[in-house]
Amino acid sequence: MHVLPAGTPPALDLRGICKAFDGKPALDDAHFSLAWGEVHALVGENGAGKSTLMNVATGVYAADHGSQIVDGSELSPRSPQEATDAGIGMVHQHFRLVDRFSVAENVLLTLGGRVRSLRAAADLIAAKAREVGLDVDPFRQVSTLSIAERQRVEILKVLLLGARIIILDEPTAVLTEEESSALLVFTRRLADADHAVVLITHKLKEVAAHTDRITVMRHGKTVLAGAPMAEVSEAEVGRLIVGEAVVAAARPQSRPGEERLVVRGLGFDGQKRGGAVELTLRAGEVLGLAGVGGNGQEQLVACLAGTLAASAGSFTLSGVDVTRATPSRRRDLGLRVIPASRFATGLVRQMSIAENLAMTNVRTGHFGGRWFLDRRRMKAAALAAIERFDIRGAGPNRRTELLSGGNAQKVLLARELDDGLKVLIAHSPSRGLDVKASEFVRDAIRAAVEAGAACLLISEDLQEVMGLSHRVAVMNGGVIAGNRPIADVTPEWIGALLTGHA
Amino acid sequence: MDFLIGWLAIIPSYTTPLLLASVGLILSERAGVLNLGAEGMMALGAMTAAITVLAGHDPWMGIAAGAAAAVAVSLLFGLAVVVFRADQTLAGLAVVAIGLGVTGTVGRPYVQQTFGGLPKLGDLLALDPANPLGRIIAAQDVISLAAPILALAAWWWLMKTQAGLRLRAAGENPAAADVAGVDIQLTQLAAVLFAGLMCGLAGAYLSVATSHVWVENMVAARGWIAVALVILAKWSPARAVIGAMLFGSADALVPRLQAIGADVPVYLMMMLPYALTLFVLFLTSLSGRGSGEPASLGAVYLRQDKH
Ligand SMILES: Nc1ncnc2c1ncn2[C@@H]1O[C@H](COP(=O)(O)OP(=O)(O)O)[C@@H](O)[C@H]1O
Ligand SMILES: [Mg+2]
Repeated sequence: MHVLPAGTPPALDLRGICKAFDGKPALDDAHFSLAWGEVHALVGENGAGKSTLMNVATGVYAADHGSQIVDGSELSPRSPQEATDAGIGMVHQHFRLVDRFSVAENVLLTLGGRVRSLRAAADLIAAKAREVGLDVDPFRQVSTLSIAERQRVEILKVLLLGARIIILDEPTAVLTEEESSALLVFTRRLADADHAVVLITHKLKEVAAHTDRITVMRHGKTVLAGAPMAEVSEAEVGRLIVGEAVVAAARPQSRPGEERLVVRGLGFDGQKRGGAVELTLRAGEVLGLAGVGGNGQEQLVACLAGTLAASAGSFTLSGVDVTRATPSRRRDLGLRVIPASRFATGLVRQMSIAENLAMTNVRTGHFGGRWFLDRRRMKAAALAAIERFDIRGAGPNRRTELLSGGNAQKVLLARELDDGLKVLIAHSPSRGLDVKASEFVRDAIRAAVEAGAACLLISEDLQEVMGLSHRVAVMNGGVIAGNRPIADVTPEWIGALLTGHA
Repeated sequence: MDFLIGWLAIIPSYTTPLLLASVGLILSERAGVLNLGAEGMMALGAMTAAITVLAGHDPWMGIAAGAAAAVAVSLLFGLAVVVFRADQTLAGLAVVAIGLGVTGTVGRPYVQQTFGGLPKLGDLLALDPANPLGRIIAAQDVISLAAPILALAAWWWLMKTQAGLRLRAAGENPAAADVAGVDIQLTQLAAVLFAGLMCGLAGAYLSVATSHVWVENMVAARGWIAVALVILAKWSPARAVIGAMLFGSADALVPRLQAIGADVPVYLMMMLPYALTLFVLFLTSLSGRGSGEPASLGAVYLRQDKH
């Protein structure tokens, strides 16, 4: 960061920003100050409010409270257009490119009336790319570009719109190590050329060398505001990121039972080179797997459930090797799954509660013989489940898509927590639910484990992991980065593993 | 030889309605709106044009009225799917049902009444009937000559202008287009109205330029062929010219063969265009290379609630 004359106003100053979605606060008195010529890291857990804060700064969302100062003058953009005009540009986590268009066509679309022809747009791109040192071919079709190349197109778009304040939302999450370091070197160069750069990230180690200051957010609040990178320790930042959630509530393991799920050297796409998953899960315990989303959790769940073939390794259920077994064989051995997205792989939207509940047991002949369904029996089972799991406002014939999130999740619980349960894989079981429904889900899991089941809880919500688990492991880069009994878990340990270099 | 010239002479009149309608549908689908209503809109266009001419107006007035009727019904369709986000497939089928129902009822008193239609070039210019080329040209009319030019102009507009780029963006990735300042609803509505205009023209052409009469069901599934042509042409108005000619030629073969008294099973012959449709669709699906289908065709775009 080069030295600015004293009294130079910050590039961007956000003060006391509050923003609630449907009454749920996402930002609660958040602060953020960005200086010209710096690269500023903005870090925090998933859901901490980083993207929301930057969306407020770029006029995508309107803040409920707070003020915004851009280069010394008060300005709260009411639309992305206004933010663009004020020289603020953001590259979102999900790119906004038309795949079937060439790079130049995409830029032309964005620049609209500012350029006359495709050729003019291509010339502009080439000139800008040369100026800032990004390698982009204006005539390539976007669908043929790598992720890193698409990201460069998005950055060029923002620069061509005249942005001098550039916000990159988790840009390194989708990049390889070499690509990441190239990007970080680029942001440095940009900052030195009188821009200001915000880098939202989880990978603390990676950015430490390339950023000037760091701001940490937790639960919508700023918990560390613009500290010089050189003055903070990794451990301290890790602790600030995870906060009070990580208080080891010693949870005596009731009956450390026999080994139920043993995973040995499991391999799948998306792991760092040579990586493999090792896990042992015993009866009567919850193993909480924490980690930032997109670090292999989806693949691990799919491998265990049997919808994705493992590329290496093996795993056993109660001692039986099921690495290549069909999902129904795994079910027979007591494996039950609560997937992260209820309707994608859990429930069938258009089918009724009774049908969804019966689905996994039709094969066993429980709901009729070989040819016909025993509707009466299905209805009785559904009524019992509705009663036991307190599924509100619906009869057995109600389509599950018409239920609230919490009640739909209860239908799934009712089906998966049955008498045959031996091993439960629960992936973000309370995501998107309100407080009461979340508590219900957790109590149900607790009760099942008390009764002797084993549970692998995969969640990005640290509070959930800490509140349920007997042991905690952290997933990063597709592998298990660490594994400890709950009593030994410290904020520093979890923070370091979560943000560690994958 | 005589057979060949007779056939070539009538091919454009069979090609034109297919081409006009499919160019309209292509623009609509490129903007992201699946448009299955062609059959109904063409019927409305054909009947309204016929009634207008039978009421004593000149053929061009008839054609304008036919186009206007189809635009009116596509305004309803557009409001339903673009503004109120009705299911595009169902709404399209509803347009077909409305078009066939209305024309069947309103058009009943006018059935089988012939009228003087659009003049052929032979009526306007002095052409030598002995010259084969002269004979072919004499059988054409202004619209059948203009249609391919219009299709190429539509292609140029779509692929080479900024307005065309914005329309394509709406059909490929409405979220990205929205961020770039494209008004998705307005774009889609305009494209739907244009499709209505073109389908109305196509229908009016059938009654006023080709048949000079209104009979129920005279569109005879040409609207559906136009829908299939969109896929065959891989959503390109330029390729639609070739596709429409292929089908027009097959369609025109039937009356020519009947005229020379060839001993072919008529119903089998009439199946030809449809069999051809299936066959070519099958071939295109084999060719593998991207179908060209707009990525967000038929999808409802809901802007994220921002404030
Ligand atoms: N459009 C939205 N509607 C409702 N809730 C939202 C919306 N955007 C974000 N949130 C909520 O706001 C909180 C902060 O989210 P976000 O800013 O995306 O976090 P981060 O980027 O730090 O991971 C989360 O609880 C998220 O669920
Ligand atoms: Mg985010």
